[in-house]
Amino acid sequence: MVAWNVCEGTRMNLRERLPILITATAAIALFVAAGLHFDHFFSLRVFVSLFGDKAFMGVAAVGLTFVILTGGIDLSVGSLVGCSSIMAASLIQNGHFHPLVALSLPLLFGLFVGWVQGILVAKFQLPSFLVTLAGLFFCRGMGFRISQEAISIHHPYFDSLTEFAIHLPGHANVNLPPIVFLIVVVIGAFVAKQTPFGRAIYAVGGNAASARLMGLPVQRTLVMAYMVSGFCAALGGGLFALYTSAGNASAGTGLELDAIAAVVIGGTLLSGGFGSVFGTLLGVCILGIVNSAITFQGTLSSWWTKIVIGVLLLAFMLVQKGIERAAKRRVHG
Amino acid sequence: MKKNLPSWFWAVAMLVLLLGFNLFFTPGFFGLHVRDGRIYGSLVDVLNRAAPVALLSLGMTLVIAARGVDLSVGAIMAVAGTVAACLITRPKDTPFAGIDLHGSVLGIVLFSLAVAAVCGLFNGMLVSFFELQPIVATLLLMVAGRGIAQLFSGGQIVTFENPAFANLGKGALLGLPIPIWIAASGFGFFTLLCRGTALGLFVEATGSNPTAARYAGVNAGRILLTVYVLSAVCAGVAGLIGTADIQAADANQAGLYLELDAILAVAVGGTSLMGGRFSLIGSVIGALLMQTLTTTILTRGISTEVTLVVKAAIVVAVCLLQSPIFRQWSRGMFVRARA
Repeated sequence: MVAWNVCEGTRMNLRERLPILITATAAIALFVAAGLHFDHFFSLRVFVSLFGDKAFMGVAAVGLTFVILTGGIDLSVGSLVGCSSIMAASLIQNGHFHPLVALSLPLLFGLFVGWVQGILVAKFQLPSFLVTLAGLFFCRGMGFRISQEAISIHHPYFDSLTEFAIHLPGHANVNLPPIVFLIVVVIGAFVAKQTPFGRAIYAVGGNAASARLMGLPVQRTLVMAYMVSGFCAALGGGLFALYTSAGNASAGTGLELDAIAAVVIGGTLLSGGFGSVFGTLLGVCILGIVNSAITFQGTLSSWWTKIVIGVLLLAFMLVQKGIERAAKRRVHG
Repeated sequence: MKKNLPSWFWAVAMLVLLLGFNLFFTPGFFGLHVRDGRIYGSLVDVLNRAAPVALLSLGMTLVIAARGVDLSVGAIMAVAGTVAACLITRPKDTPFAGIDLHGSVLGIVLFSLAVAAVCGLFNGMLVSFFELQPIVATLLLMVAGRGIAQLFSGGQIVTFENPAFANLGKGALLGLPIPIWIAASGFGFFTLLCRGTALGLFVEATGSNPTAARYAGVNAGRILLTVYVLSAVCAGVAGLIGTADIQAADANQAGLYLELDAILAVAVGGTSLMGGRFSLIGSVIGALLMQTLTTTILTRGISTEVTLVVKAAIVVAVCLLQSPIFRQWSRGMFVRARA
């Protein structure tokens, strides 16, 4: 709700809000439809688990939103999740670091990867999908270099972190990952809408040339966007380690696609300059509902998830295109 | 730095460097021997394994030249491979139970490639008529394509016995593995298509400035459709080779991450990622470079995961060398250091 108020602060008109309204309507409609179709779907427990299962992807998607807002793309988030989860696990199990230190060091690694990618994109103007593709390979390789096998984490303090839960009525337990996810969403929404850095992101994504003429530090903004994405993906890796009590170098394979899907379904334009972190939260919700509904159904196989997400993605993109064209027609009379 | 270096210069330089390294440090890398009328050796192995990526990179070259990118080629490989495997085994409860091609290899190949072409048509329609960005338009099939392939196969890994079809991946002709011949003829076909007809020119025109191309009378929409269909068909052929090689279709693993290899091969090969200028031979060299690198790392007994890191480093290095801004910047550093 805080994020919603933050959105209102910028006085968007209806046309600008339409994509996010459509996404919100779709999320509610999907949830209600699934709730009417399946017994026990309408419970706090299922609702909470939507966030729990998708928390590490969601955190990465929030970071990715910043890069996409600048008009770029970050394909390295999935492999960064895997790399930082195995890094944290290895630091705890083999390096005997305190879990808090072990969970923080990968964040620095994520910032560093983001910084290098940002420099390559912003300073040397290499295409972002190519640079982050190389980043994907790099992080995956580094992760497997640390350990080919998954490392399970046994540490009293770490166990206390994984067991931490807020008990809600209806056997709903809110663990640490969904809490961190929601905090990241709120901070992300605040940074995007209320800080000079956030406004510079929108300006650069909308039109880099005019942003430069306005005197905005275009290069620095771009580099920082990739650093935010790297940081969030590394944080997602930490959440994955908390969620599974293990680190796995192959974790997050294909996660970049889910994250991009969440961002696009959330109404952020891939051409940059338009969208919101709050929309990404809704996109993550929709993916979570689809996943849960297909699990609830039982007889439908897991590949239906991919097909349904593909169809949803197509529908949302066509709707966005339609809105864009209608707007153009209005402008040109 | 001289201006008139061909765009694929750096890829060739890197390839020569790698081969030179192998000449001195990997004993027997250049050794070839003939057994049962087939030539064996590391070089043949490199060519054979590079064939699928080389095919993908041919199609990808045209797509990238037209200011696009095709992320769905890996998934289309899986689709084509699964369709072929299902046409052979015709498992019950799938749409393929009713299709009887009487085991004709040509029929199976054409049918699978037609399915791949439909996927390409879908991509092309989204890009040209709906004007979606290529990354997202092809992301759709990248996500959903494997799901569709699993729908065809019922989620199983489809294994089959069909020696005639398996020849596509394992057979040999005139001593060399058939995939090499397929990739070579693919290259010949694309070269003819691009340089023998006006298609190459139209693709370059569409890629360098779509608006200008339209005013000049180029039907940009149709060009886009064509390049995405060509790319998908290439992916289909690569998928058939992969499936025939292992005599099984795995919808989850077939062609996984190969779209990335193909894009890297194209980028390393000197095709401008901003659209316009392209080089087919460069992409093929890029694919060979990627495979030589992998084989070198394997034969030197370095663990395979390093391949990914080295690939990343090489791609960034080659792209930086091609970037005019980096050249300017590094020259600035050099001059300052001398002064």
